[in-house]
Amino acid sequence: MSANVRGEAPLRSEHDIVLARQQVRRLTQELKFSLVDQTKMVTAASELARNALIYGGGGKMEWEILAVEGRNGLKLRFADEGPGIPNLDLAMTDGWTSGNGLGMGLTGSKRLVNEFDIETKVGAGTRVTIARWK
Amino acid sequence: MGEFLLVTIQIDMHDQMALKLQDDLSNAIIKNATRGVLIDISTLEMVDSFIGRMVADISSIGKILGAETILVGMQPAVAITLVELGLSLPGVATALNVERGMVLLRRKIDADGTDVSER
Repeated sequence: MSANVRGEAPLRSEHDIVLARQQVRRLTQELKFSLVDQTKMVTAASELARNALIYGGGGKMEWEILAVEGRNGLKLRFADEGPGIPNLDLAMTDGWTSGNGLGMGLTGSKRLVNEFDIETKVGAGTRVTIARWK
Repeated sequence: MGEFLLVTIQIDMHDQMALKLQDDLSNAIIKNATRGVLIDISTLEMVDSFIGRMVADISSIGKILGAETILVGMQPAVAITLVELGLSLPGVATALNVERGMVLLRRKIDADGTDVSER
């Protein structure tokens, strides 16, 4: 198990998205997630990291190893200081996109994790927090 | 490979690289008058919505340029994740591995050729 239980990584470029994916892969491997669960968490991280970069103008990914009552998990928070999401209900609709994406990022990544929370404020940015338990 | 193109994606691509691949592949289809494209993703550990869309677009572009595209070798964990994410890749032909992909391509192109000669 890694000595660090938390850390953060910048999301300032497309290469940072790749690095974030690799970091999440390493963490889920250390936590001994099944291959399917690793893949789900890595894919959700990729979607949310891209959102933070494309729509939020960049930000960071914070990670934290969770250990509660003998259960281990991984929590990830994607934070940007972008324009925020004016209509969250709409953004949480499958297939809706304000950009040129598929509109699967938010709703799709929510389906891939056990816990999903989004805080957004117009003009102040967006924070998406996800967790997956082993 | 003759009239076929085999593309093996072996690295964790950033988005611009995926777009460049799409561009390069479209040009290669025209330059070589390619009838069939196999995209081997057996070493890819993750396909997100961006890469999924790139693959679907390559398939559509290929079709317009006269080439059939087949996606081969998707890992089970990747397939499970893709479906849960909400991407079922409609319109993208798939095969278990390169060998089966070649058989499928050959069959598709032969069927296509018969249609033309019968007209």
